Amino acid sequence: MKLKQLSVFLENKPGALSEPCRLLAKAGISIQTFSLADTREFGILRLVVEDSDKARRLLQRNGFAVKVTKVVVLEVPDRPGGLAAILDALEGTGINVKYAYGFTVTRENKGVLVFCFDDPDAAIQVLQKQGINIVGVANRPKRTKP
Amino acid sequence: MTKNREIPPMHPDSAVDFLPLSQLRGVQFTRLKFIVQRAYDHVALFRKRMEERKLKPGDLRTMDDIVKLPFTVKTDLRDTYPYGMAASPLQEIVRFHVSSGTTGKPIVVAYTKEDLDDWTRAMVRSLAACGVHSGDIVQNAYGYGLFTGGLGAHYGAEALGASVIPISGGNTDRQIMLMKDFGVTVICCTPSYFLHIIERAAEMGMDIREMPLSIGVFGAEPWTEDMRERIEAGSGIKAYDIYGLSEIVGPGVAMECTHQVGPHIFEDMFYPEIIDPKTLEPLEDGAEGELVLTTLCKRAMPMIRYRTRDITSLEPARCACGRTLRRIHRIGRRSDDMLIIRGVNLFPSQIEAALLKVEGTLPHYQIIVDRQKGLDTLEVLVEVTNEVLSDTVSGLEQLQKRLAHSIEAITGLHPALKLVAPRTIQRSEGKAKRVIDKRIL
Repeated sequence: MKLKQLSVFLENKPGALSEPCRLLAKAGISIQTFSLADTREFGILRLVVEDSDKARRLLQRNGFAVKVTKVVVLEVPDRPGGLAAILDALEGTGINVKYAYGFTVTRENKGVLVFCFDDPDAAIQVLQKQGINIVGVANRPKRTKP
Repeated sequence: MTKNREIPPMHPDSAVDFLPLSQLRGVQFTRLKFIVQRAYDHVALFRKRMEERKLKPGDLRTMDDIVKLPFTVKTDLRDTYPYGMAASPLQEIVRFHVSSGTTGKPIVVAYTKEDLDDWTRAMVRSLAACGVHSGDIVQNAYGYGLFTGGLGAHYGAEALGASVIPISGGNTDRQIMLMKDFGVTVICCTPSYFLHIIERAAEMGMDIREMPLSIGVFGAEPWTEDMRERIEAGSGIKAYDIYGLSEIVGPGVAMECTHQVGPHIFEDMFYPEIIDPKTLEPLEDGAEGELVLTTLCKRAMPMIRYRTRDITSLEPARCACGRTLRRIHRIGRRSDDMLIIRGVNLFPSQIEAALLKVEGTLPHYQIIVDRQKGLDTLEVLVEVTNEVLSDTVSGLEQLQKRLAHSIEAITGLHPALKLVAPRTIQRSEGKAKRVIDKRIL
C-alpha cells in the first residue's frame, strides 16, 4: 500500500528542524518516521505521519513549502538479510531506489531513530544530561526475535 | 605622491575641445539638423513620434528647439530589436555591440565605418585630455567583445599612437606581471578592479608606486572621490573619470582633463541636456537632473534626446584647462532601478524574467550585490514554493542550476543562487525588498 510522505524544505541553520516538529506535536500529530537529506545550504525533512493531509495543511499554513510524494512502506523481518531480500526481489526489474530510510521497533514498542550530529560527543553529553536514553551508550534495548 | 609626467603638446584632434563657444554652438546646430533629418527619413519610430507632434525636421530654427523633439528611451531599443533603430542599410553597417536590456532582449547598437572613426576620435580626445600620448604603453583591461569598453579604448589608444596591450579583464596576477615587465604607463579598467589590482600586487610583494604606471582611465561604473583618493594614494597614479554608454557610442562620451574636475562632454558630438526626470522639463545648467544626450554625428543609429537615467548636473563654469566643453558632475545615482555590476547593466526585471521562465510563476526573490576584493558579486535568493519543491537533494540542486543558468542567459552575469525557505525574505509593507546593494563606494 502507498502512503503519503511529506517533504519539507528547511534552511540549514540551527533550530530549523524544531519548528515543524513542534507544530506537529502541538496539533497532536504523531511522526511515525522521518529522514533528513541535507546539503551545506538546505535540507529536506521527509516525514511519514498519521494524518498526512492535516499535517500538510498545518505546515503550509505556517509558511513551510511542502511536497507530497507517494512512498511504499514494507515490513521486513528484523534479522540479517531483511533488506537484502527486498533488493534481491527488485533486481533486474529496472526499478531504482531513489532513497530509503528505516527504523526498527523494540519490544517496548519505541521507535529507534538515527541522528548524525556534527559533534556527536557534545550531543551525547547534552542529551544524557536531559535524561534521554542514548542507545548503545547505556541500557541498550534488547531486540525481539521474530 | 603622484608620479611626474611631462605634459605633451596638444594632440591635433583635441583642437575641437577649445572651439570658441559661438563656433561650437554653430557646429552643434548644423549637425543637429542633419541627424534629425536622417532619423526622420530612416527610423520609423522617430518619424511616427515626430508626426504625432506635427513636427518636421525643418521646424528646428535654433538649438533651443531641441526641447520640442521626442525623447528616446532604453525600451525603444529593446522594442525595435535588433535593427529597428538603424538609419543605415546593413551594407553600410560594419560593427554591432550588444548590451543587456531591461528584460530578456538585449540592446543592439550599430556603427558605420564613419561612426567607428568618430568614436575612435572621441577616444583619442579622451585619452589625450588626461595626458596620454604616443610612447605610452596602455594596458587595456576593459572586456573585449560585445561590451563597448574593450574595443572602444583599444582603437582610441592605437589611433593616438600608444602601444596597446589588449589583455581584457580578469587574470589579475598576469595583469600585474605584464604591467611590471612591459613598464606599462597607462591602465584602462573599472576603478573597483584597479583597487583589486593594487591589493593583489601587495599580496604578491609588489608595489605599483614603484612601477612606471602613472595614469588610470577608469569608468563603466559609478565611483567616488574617496575611491579616487584611495587609488591615487595606493598606486601613485592619477585616476581619471571617463563616461560613456553603449546606446550613445560606448566610452568616450565625456572625459576628465588633467584638472580632474569632472568629465568634459564632447559636445560637438554628443549634445547634453538636463531634464527633471518626473516632469521631463528641461533644467538650467547647474541644476541636478537626468542627463539626456543626442548623438550629433552617429549615422547608423542616431539617438535623439536619449534619456540616460544618470542623475548629474552640467557645470557651466569654464575649466582651468581652457576647454569650452561643459563638464558633468560625478554620477552617483540613477533615476531608475538599474544596477551596474562589473560594468554590466542589470535590472531587477531581468531577474524576474529569468525566474519566471524556469518556475512558471514568479517566486519571491532578493538580489544582493556586494563587492569582494574589488569585484562585484551577485547573489540571488529565491524562496522555495510548494510547486517547485523536490523531495530529493539532486532535484533541488537541479532547480538551483536551472535558475542560475536562466539568469546568466538573460543578464550575462553568473549569480550565486541560494534557495531559501518561504517567507524568509524581508518584506516591508507587504512588498519584498528586492535589491540590497551592500557596496560601499
